[in-house]
Amino acid sequence: MVSLNHYLFLSAILFAIGTTGVFLRRNVITVLLSIEIMLNAANLTIVAFGRDFGAVDGQIIVFFVVTVAAAEAAVGLAIVIALFRLRESLDPDAFTSLKW
Amino acid sequence: MGLELPLFYVFAAVAVVTSALVIGQRSPVYSVMLLIASFAALAGLYVLLDAPFVAVIQIIIYAGAILVLFLFVVMLLNAPKEAALRERVAAGPRRAGAVLGVVLAGELAWALWHAALSREPAGSGQGMSAQPVDSVRAIGQVLYTDYAFAFEVTSLLILVAMVGAVVLAKRHV
Repeated sequence: MVSLNHYLFLSAILFAIGTTGVFLRRNVITVLLSIEIMLNAANLTIVAFGRDFGAVDGQIIVFFVVTVAAAEAAVGLAIVIALFRLRESLDPDAFTSLKW
Repeated sequence: MGLELPLFYVFAAVAVVTSALVIGQRSPVYSVMLLIASFAALAGLYVLLDAPFVAVIQIIIYAGAILVLFLFVVMLLNAPKEAALRERVAAGPRRAGAVLGVVLAGELAWALWHAALSREPAGSGQGMSAQPVDSVRAIGQVLYTDYAFAFEVTSLLILVAMVGAVVLAKRHV
């Protein structure tokens, strides 16, 4: 029998991988992909807890999270395209105009 | 159900390995492809969790729509390979990032472990033994009654995101 803890540990590992990606990668698209990994780790936790409680609410929350992720990806990628047009680069270190 | 545990480990291993490769990969196209594999493995896990609706959403919306959008942008911008980690990040920040990741993983595992332990006596006793709900029908009923307002707001969110994406990516507004 797969216990709740199995899923929680897997989710923790995936979330840590996503966080590490945000810190280590120097490509805005890959940083956005890392954020998607973190969102999915959170989704896995929600579904696992929902299963444990025997309620459908967890799955409905995941549905909303996926919708928000879709909106985030659309706007985020539009910003990436606009930034690329401005600087011809995808390196986050190239966008430092707001740095004091 | 002797098959459940081996299947869990297979899907979990695929998800972790492909996610790690997404981070380790230098070519963005491969990163997106590997992430699709990772999400497919997660969909398998959702099936194991008696959540076929979420599994289908994961495949159709995540792998089918969101990641294809990523792939479009990667190919549109002709994103170059990143330089090797060694060349672009100094040793200090690189080590700090790796240590931070490991610490975060340990901390999350500890917190989740205690969260699961503390509710064990109050809950069903051995976890995962709750009756699986008749998924899609039950989800529909709750979604269009209790969560009807949130559902409507979601459509507004998508509209705003659509307009925002067009305005941001357009050359002259």
